Amino acid sequence: MDDLAEFKHTYFQECEELLADLEGQLTALQDGETDDEILHAAFRAIHSIKGGAGAFGFTQLVGFAHVFETVLDQMREHRLETSGPNVALLIRAGDVLADLVVAAQNDETLPDDFGRELLESLHELAGTKAEGEEENADDVFDDIDFGGPDEGGESAGDQESDISAQMREVKIEFAPTPQLFHRANDPLILLRELKSLGTLEIEVDSSRLPALEDIEADGSYLTWRFTLTTSASDEAIRGVFEFVLDDCKLDIENHDAVAEQGTEETAPEENQAAEPVAPVAPAPQPQEEAAIGGSATKAAADNKIAADNKTVADKKPPASIRVDLERIDRLVNMVGELVITQAMLSEQISQLSVTEQASLLHGVETLALQMRELQESVMSIRAQPVKSVFSRMARLVRELSCSLNKEAKLVITGETTEVDKTVIEELSDPLTHMIRNSMDHGLETPAEREQAGKAREGIIQLTAEHRNGKIVISVSDNGRGINREKVLKKATEKGLTSADARPSDDEIDNLILLPGFSTADQVSDVSGRGVGMDVVVRKIQNMGGRIGITSVPGESSRFSLTLPLTLAVLDGMIISIGHEFFIIPITSIVESLRPDNGAIHELAGGGEVLAIRGGFIKLIHLARLFGLEHRSGHTSERLVVVVETGASDPIGLVVDELVEQQQVVIKSLESNYRRVQGVAGATILGNGMVALILDVDGVCAMSAPAHSSMVETRSLESAEMLQ
Amino acid sequence: MSKRILTVDDSKTMRDMLLVTLKQAGYDVVQADDGQDGLSKLAAEGADVIITDINMPVMDGIAFIKACRAQAAYASTPILTLTTESSDAKKAEGRAAGATGWIVKPFNPESLIRVIEKVCP
Repeated sequence: MDDLAEFKHTYFQECEELLADLEGQLTALQDGETDDEILHAAFRAIHSIKGGAGAFGFTQLVGFAHVFETVLDQMREHRLETSGPNVALLIRAGDVLADLVVAAQNDETLPDDFGRELLESLHELAGTKAEGEEENADDVFDDIDFGGPDEGGESAGDQESDISAQMREVKIEFAPTPQLFHRANDPLILLRELKSLGTLEIEVDSSRLPALEDIEADGSYLTWRFTLTTSASDEAIRGVFEFVLDDCKLDIENHDAVAEQGTEETAPEENQAAEPVAPVAPAPQPQEEAAIGGSATKAAADNKIAADNKTVADKKPPASIRVDLERIDRLVNMVGELVITQAMLSEQISQLSVTEQASLLHGVETLALQMRELQESVMSIRAQPVKSVFSRMARLVRELSCSLNKEAKLVITGETTEVDKTVIEELSDPLTHMIRNSMDHGLETPAEREQAGKAREGIIQLTAEHRNGKIVISVSDNGRGINREKVLKKATEKGLTSADARPSDDEIDNLILLPGFSTADQVSDVSGRGVGMDVVVRKIQNMGGRIGITSVPGESSRFSLTLPLTLAVLDGMIISIGHEFFIIPITSIVESLRPDNGAIHELAGGGEVLAIRGGFIKLIHLARLFGLEHRSGHTSERLVVVVETGASDPIGLVVDELVEQQQVVIKSLESNYRRVQGVAGATILGNGMVALILDVDGVCAMSAPAHSSMVETRSLESAEMLQ
Repeated sequence: MSKRILTVDDSKTMRDMLLVTLKQAGYDVVQADDGQDGLSKLAAEGADVIITDINMPVMDGIAFIKACRAQAAYASTPILTLTTESSDAKKAEGRAAGATGWIVKPFNPESLIRVIEKVCP
């Protein structure tokens, strides 16, 4: 039964793809596309889901898919319209189907009437009866039992064991039509099968056989008369001819009389009869000879087919195989270890004398290049288009439109953008919440929209794109935007910003991501269930990403997530403070500089700022933050690494030294130790030391008190978007 | 030499199930995921029995069967259709194209092998 478990695994993987596919096709229909291929593809998707479901005995799923399929079948044959309401019904049916698949996957039993209403609507549409359909579904299940004992009984084999059954004589007259041969059935095979049911007497009637010159190669001129002494049921006998019933004249006559006596004599007779059968039978032989005779033309034909296939193969998407994720993870881990080993090797070589180094240098450099390529190749195995998670959002928007009484359309762009699978998996929750937020707080009701001179239907836009080695995913809506006055008021009330602070518009917008910003008075059915924007913020930060908000009051708001393409490695700058090494992700670094003494200004509150090109940036002393000793005295003798943060303007991190730029393997601190604020993870350096990877936003938050709108990552509470 | 069976189905679940069942029964199995692929596999590797799904992208089972039958080499090769419908219409459709017989999905291993032995003992 291990096979079965494995099949199930494959099946559910396949279902996921099929459901996403179905969703896509149905959305296309909804958008008014009318290509027949859309309906065919949708039909195939459901058909495959049903096929597998049958094999595993997911009765509810089969029943539902069956009706769904019937409706689509009628649509593709243009017997049913693909009008708006019909398509809307299909889309809802797709959602129910997805639920049923999930239930089957989790071994859950849904109530019998799950999706009943929809099922009835589908029946109505298909013009089928619900009761009849259920019977039909039951029919299907009689055959289900992969690997179990055969209960079908439609075939002959299991009749043999039925010793107690009454022996009787059956007369059969069988005259094949030429079609029987065209479909590659063979009377000789039927005859043998018949023989297996009991003792068989055979008579050939060749009276229809014309003169030799009139014989057509693929004609059929013989009639056989069989006398079968058997205990097999009529059904079993008929079963022998199951595939040829339409291609022959068949008479089965039952004589209940027990005819035991003929057994002995019939055996030789049968052989006699069987002998001439083979040569006379106008079975496929003539055709085969013709084929051999015309092998030149056949070869030519084959060549042509091969050529045709080649052109098709060119057009096909590249071949792919399915690999267990675990194996890939193992590969990724190994490559990670390899990167560390390589770094160690380089480190050790650098300690050799110059002459010794020279002989090794070339090899080591090549190794580094190849290592990088290997790593990128391995990472790209895990890369997947964001489509799988994006396509799930369509349903969400649909359901929310209903429950919120709003009209909304989801527009998706960049769904083919690829990103690491783990990132994709982690994306679902934050995206769901951001879309909920946009639907709930961002979009106005249709009436409000009309009043504001907007189209009744709001637009939620979901986009993904690669930017600077990161993936940027944004959720925007053309709703009312963020009410900054209200946000600022709330933030001040809650003590999240000082009363005299004059934050910029952007800063105000980002205030809503602050912990503790959540407000009870705006908890709504949809997005105020205790999991607020904190889920989004925390999750994104855990992934080493950032979140930002921009908004135009009355027009739009946009949430942007910036995420690393992979969670396994990053390009980092190794910096040192005292004797400790830290990694700053390269993608966060804007520039590094040695500040002039006069450019550093102390603030009254205790902080420091750096004057740079006419502006000021805040300085953060990592040594102070982490309780470390600097190597030398004053800030001006150190370096400032200017980094971007998600929540505010760039900040400057004060460090002792920039050591080296290096690709590092990310080891989770959380799974090996515990979460530490300001630290995104750890890595192992070439010299074998462990270095911490800095979480720039976290660091920024740790030094927050001096600044009004800093994000405290530690204790995020539900923060809802206030609009 | 064991008999070679070409299975043509766009569903991996179904292909895998056929593969395991047929291999266990001692058949040599060649897989294809649509009709077009089936034709190239047929040209490359040949087959003693062909099992094909009907609903497939690129080239469906009906077109595939017709294309097989149009080749002299496969005019008399048993072709079985895989059909979830026990409906006669689907069987008839396959037969009209030249299918030898049919296998009703879901199948159990014994009945699958029996059907194959029925057309190719």
